[in-house]
Amino acid sequence: MNMNLLEKIDDYTWTIPLKAGEKRSGILLYGSEPLLKSMDNKVLEQISNVATLPGLVGEAMTMPDAHWGYGFPIGGVAAFDADEGGIISAGGVGFDISCGIRCLRTDLMREDLTSTDLTKLADELSRTIPAGVGREGKLKLTIDELDDVLRGGAQWAIHHGYGVGEDLSFVEEMGKMEGARPENISQLAKERQLGEVGTLGSGNHYLEVQEVAKIYDEKAAEAFGIKKGQILVSIHCGSRALGHQIGTEYMVSLAKAATRLGISLPDRELACAPIHSPEGQEYIGAMNAAINCAMANRQVLTHLTRNVFEGLFKGVNIETLYDVSHNTCKEEMHLVNGVERTLWVHRKGATRAFGPGHQDIPVGYRSVGQPVIIGGSMGTGSYILAGTKEGEERAFSSASHGAGRAMSRHQALKLWKGKQVIQDLAQKGILIRSASMRGVAEEAPDAYKDVDLVAEATEKAGLARRVAFLKPKVCIKG
Amino acid sequence: MNKKYGYFEHDADIGIIGRGNRLEEAFESAAVAMFAIMADVDVLHCDELIEVTFEEDDNEFALIEWLNTLLALAHMKHLALGRFELQKEGNSWRGKAWGDKWKKEIERGTEVKGATLTMLSVKEKEDHWEARCVVDV
Repeated sequence: MNMNLLEKIDDYTWTIPLKAGEKRSGILLYGSEPLLKSMDNKVLEQISNVATLPGLVGEAMTMPDAHWGYGFPIGGVAAFDADEGGIISAGGVGFDISCGIRCLRTDLMREDLTSTDLTKLADELSRTIPAGVGREGKLKLTIDELDDVLRGGAQWAIHHGYGVGEDLSFVEEMGKMEGARPENISQLAKERQLGEVGTLGSGNHYLEVQEVAKIYDEKAAEAFGIKKGQILVSIHCGSRALGHQIGTEYMVSLAKAATRLGISLPDRELACAPIHSPEGQEYIGAMNAAINCAMANRQVLTHLTRNVFEGLFKGVNIETLYDVSHNTCKEEMHLVNGVERTLWVHRKGATRAFGPGHQDIPVGYRSVGQPVIIGGSMGTGSYILAGTKEGEERAFSSASHGAGRAMSRHQALKLWKGKQVIQDLAQKGILIRSASMRGVAEEAPDAYKDVDLVAEATEKAGLARRVAFLKPKVCIKG
Repeated sequence: MNKKYGYFEHDADIGIIGRGNRLEEAFESAAVAMFAIMADVDVLHCDELIEVTFEEDDNEFALIEWLNTLLALAHMKHLALGRFELQKEGNSWRGKAWGDKWKKEIERGTEVKGATLTMLSVKEKEDHWEARCVVDV
C-alpha cells in the first residue's frame, strides 16, 4: 500500500484524507505500518468506495488483516442506519455467508497425547470429516428438512442429536438467527446444499487440533476455561454451497436493484439496496437463513469431531468455547457520539468483538469480553483474544479474523509443492491431512501475513486483547 | 491470440481469463479456466452431459450467469466438468458441458465458490474475444 496516501492518527490507526471535491465519509485503517505497507492499494480503493455508500455511520474501516476482496475489502467493517437510507450489501457480507470459527475445549493436555495418538487422530479425523471439493456429507436432507435447518441453525442440529444443549450458550445468537426467510432462497441454492450440511469445504477452511502454547491474559483465559498445554480444536468453515449460491444470485440482483433505485455504485461489486426496501429485506431474510446454515454446519462438524475424540480417548470431555462468524451483517445497538443507535454492521472478514459487560456475551465470559478468534494458516498458529470497551467505541465492536493472505494463490503455487509443505510441517510436529496437494501449496503458511503481527496490531489498535496463542498439532484441510 | 485460457493475479482469490474467436468461445474457455482450478481437466472422462439455458442481455452478467450455473449444476450432479459448448441467439444462451463423476482417481484441486463481478470484463480485442473475472475460492 502506498503509505503516502495515508495520514497517521496514531501508531495503529490511519486515515485517508479527503481530496478536494471528493464526496465520502471518513475512513479508518487499523494496523501497524509494516502490515499496512504489505497491503494492496486495492484495499484503499475499495474502502474508499465503501465510504461513499448511503447511510454510512461513522467511518468505513479496515482491520489489521485486511486484503483485497470483491466490493468490500476482506477485513472491512461498515455500519449503516436504515432510517437514514442505509444499505445492505451482498458484497459487504461475502460469498461464504457466516463463514466463521468454532473453537472447542477438550480436557486433554499435550502430555496426554503420544505421537502415535496424534497420527491416529489425524487419520481418523481425516476419514470422518468430509472435506475438499466434490466431497459430500453423510447427512442427506430433503428440501423441507433443509428449510428446518435454515430456520433453526445450530438449535436444529442439537434437536437432531448433533451435540449437546450446553453448546448453544457459546454460539452467537444462541445458535439461531431470527428473521431467517428460507422462502427468499432459490430452489437451486437449496438443492446445492442437500448433501453439504456437515462438510468442511476447501480453500482456507480447516479443522485444526491445537495446543495452548502461551497465555497472555490469565484472568480471561480462566474465564474461557483454558490453560497452557491444553488441547483445543478449531473448525473453520461456513454456509457452504447454499451461502455461495445466495451470494452469487443476490450479487447480480442487488447490482440491478441499485441501478434501478438510483444508488450510484463506484464498483458494481458493491451491489446493495436500502435496508428499508423490498430487495434489501429479501436479501436480509436469505442471509439470516444462510447464517443458520453455517451455524448448523459447524454444529454437525463439532458432533463428528466429538465422536472421533471419544472413540480414541475414552471419557474425554469436549465443550464449545465459542462459535464466531466473520462474514455477516447484523443489527446491533452502538453508542455513536454518546447516543445509542440501531445500526446494521457489515463485517466482511471481520469478527464481532463485544467488550466486557455486553448482554450478548455468555454469562461466564461477561467480565472479560467476547472471545475473538484469529485463525491461523496450517503452520503458524492462531490466537484467542477478548473484546474490549475500546473496540466498541473504535470499530463498532469488530476485530481481525485471520492472518489474511500476503500473496496470491498463483504465486504460492509457483513457490511451493503440496507434498513438500506437508513434509516440512511434519518436521515441525504438525500433521497435515488433505485430499488436495494443490490446496496445500496454495495455503502454505508463508502465503499468509504474519499472524503474530496481526494479533499484536489488533491488540495495540485497541480492538481486542490477546488471551492465548494456539500452536497447531493436526490440520485437516479441504 | 495467446493460449485459450489463463489466469491473472489476485491477492486472495484467482482471476480467470477465457479467449476465443467468438464471444461464446471465450466463455467456453473461461469455464475451462475455472474448472481447471478444481480438477485436471485433461485427464477427465467427459461422458456425463449437463445442459444450461438462460436469458441475459448484458454480456458481463451473462458470463457470471454461465459460470455460476455451471458451478451449481456440476455440484448437484457431483461432476468435475472439462468440456463446454455455448451458443447465443439474441438474449438467449444455450450451453452444454461434459464431465466426469468425482472419484478417487481425480486429484482434487481447490473449490471455487462463485464467479464474482470483480475485474469482470467481456471485450472484443483486435483478433479475438476475451472474458475475465475473479472467482472466489
